[in-house]
Amino acid sequence: MSVPEAMVFAEGVTKSFGSIEVLKGVNMEVAKGQVVCLIGPSGSGKSTFLRCINNLETINSGWLSVDGELVGFRQEGNNLIELREKEVAARRAQIGMVFQHFNLFANKTAIKNVMEGPVAVRRMNKVDAKRLAETLLDKVGLKHKGDAYPSELSGGQQQRVAIARAMAMEPKLLLFDEPTSALDPELVGEVLEVMRELARGGMTMVVVTHEMAFARDVADIIFFMDGGVVVEAGPPSQILNAPQSPRLREFLSNVS
Amino acid sequence: MSVSDQITTPLPARATADRRDTNWKIVRRPSYGRWAVDALLAFVVVGLCWLSFTNPNFQWDVVGKYLFHPAVLNGLWTTVSLTTITMVLGVGIGILFAMMMLSHDRFLKSFAAAYIWLFRGTPLLVQLIFWFNISALYPQINIGIPGGPYLFSFSGNSITPFMAAVLGLALHEGAYMAEIVRGGVQAVGRGQSQAAIALGMTRLQAFGRITLPQALRIIVPATGNQVILMLKTTSLVSVIALPELLYSVQNIYARTFEIIPLLIVASVWYLFMCSLLSLVQYFLEKKLGKGH
Repeated sequence: MSVPEAMVFAEGVTKSFGSIEVLKGVNMEVAKGQVVCLIGPSGSGKSTFLRCINNLETINSGWLSVDGELVGFRQEGNNLIELREKEVAARRAQIGMVFQHFNLFANKTAIKNVMEGPVAVRRMNKVDAKRLAETLLDKVGLKHKGDAYPSELSGGQQQRVAIARAMAMEPKLLLFDEPTSALDPELVGEVLEVMRELARGGMTMVVVTHEMAFARDVADIIFFMDGGVVVEAGPPSQILNAPQSPRLREFLSNVS
Repeated sequence: MSVSDQITTPLPARATADRRDTNWKIVRRPSYGRWAVDALLAFVVVGLCWLSFTNPNFQWDVVGKYLFHPAVLNGLWTTVSLTTITMVLGVGIGILFAMMMLSHDRFLKSFAAAYIWLFRGTPLLVQLIFWFNISALYPQINIGIPGGPYLFSFSGNSITPFMAAVLGLALHEGAYMAEIVRGGVQAVGRGQSQAAIALGMTRLQAFGRITLPQALRIIVPATGNQVILMLKTTSLVSVIALPELLYSVQNIYARTFEIIPLLIVASVWYLFMCSLLSLVQYFLEKKLGKGH
């Protein structure tokens, strides 16, 4: 059922919190090397779906796979059997995530933040991890900030460290949950620039965003979600310039 | 350049260069009220010192005589070891019950809540006397499989004052520590553990590597407080005739009637130990405060 060349494949994915059904059957396919943006009004289920992709939330029904492997389950006949925590963690380690509020480890310096994943999860020795972290901090333009604690960095710098931290796991897929929504306007650009650079490097990315200009520039496909389903999908030119559904038209007129 | 000079001379009349080149001196307004209070307090302090050192009833020579008396030092040792043992056990119990309180399992949660309710809700003095008299309730204590063989078996009468003291203090302390640890863990934002889990850590790994070290910053000051409190609370076990510091000096003044000087001996040692602990706490807090 899963498509081998798809990095993310979702069919009929549902997720409820108590009696509230947030995802009502999401279908989505992201090919390797693609950059896709999820847009839509708040409460539409974008972030929840993103969190399902790396199993921070477990889906209630449907089919969801990453790189041909089911998320959180293994298939035995007609049964989907929940994986043990270690197996879930191992699959999660291959998917990077960048949060809206950065979530840098507050008691660790920038470089220690980036080293944490390789040391704790990939069991890399500290010397190699430090070298890797230095390279990545350099890539996001923060070579000189390695010894700074998160509280000493601006929001934009923190988010760039967070991207470096996710990259340190050498993920095959990067998830961004509204990475610029908590930033002061003048700091948004530096984070988007780093993300553009990653996209140019061929990284597969799923980005929940309200930055329409970024989506237009960088996305291969934009998914518009509303009410827990994907309402419309297509290349930016079609979604942003020639929206088909009335709901997307209304959304676009509200954000621009 | 005096203050009155500046005020009487209209500013516009003065040359800009003059204003710029003068090294203006800030003259603080006098705080007569504060100085008066300071003076009063100094008077009180000097007076109290005078009164205590000139009053022969304090018998400072007796204080000196007993400060390093073997019985007192033995009592001090019992106090220190009792504090250490009960705090180690209390912190262990606290972490365990805090994790139960934070678990998603309803039964574990209720069990921990009931424990905290019981041991925080009854006076420590009552608990101590209770454990000391446990043999009235269970003359024989067997630990094993119900109906099956026993792993341990001992007489309730063989509970020593020391065992009763450790049981009472540790279980009581555990209930308080559970709440302190839970508060510390909850004060660390959920985003921290989420980020760790998203990197591929297991929940236990995320707790140990990310959440707990940050929670410690909040837990340590409160725990330091608890240690200092425990050091003095151990004096309660004098009611079950365990010769810790207070009971040791009581033993002496029961014979010699030198009550005040011997209480001073005990107080000097309590103060000394508390000062040491405060110092340790200060350095620990400094070490854990990184990043904040």
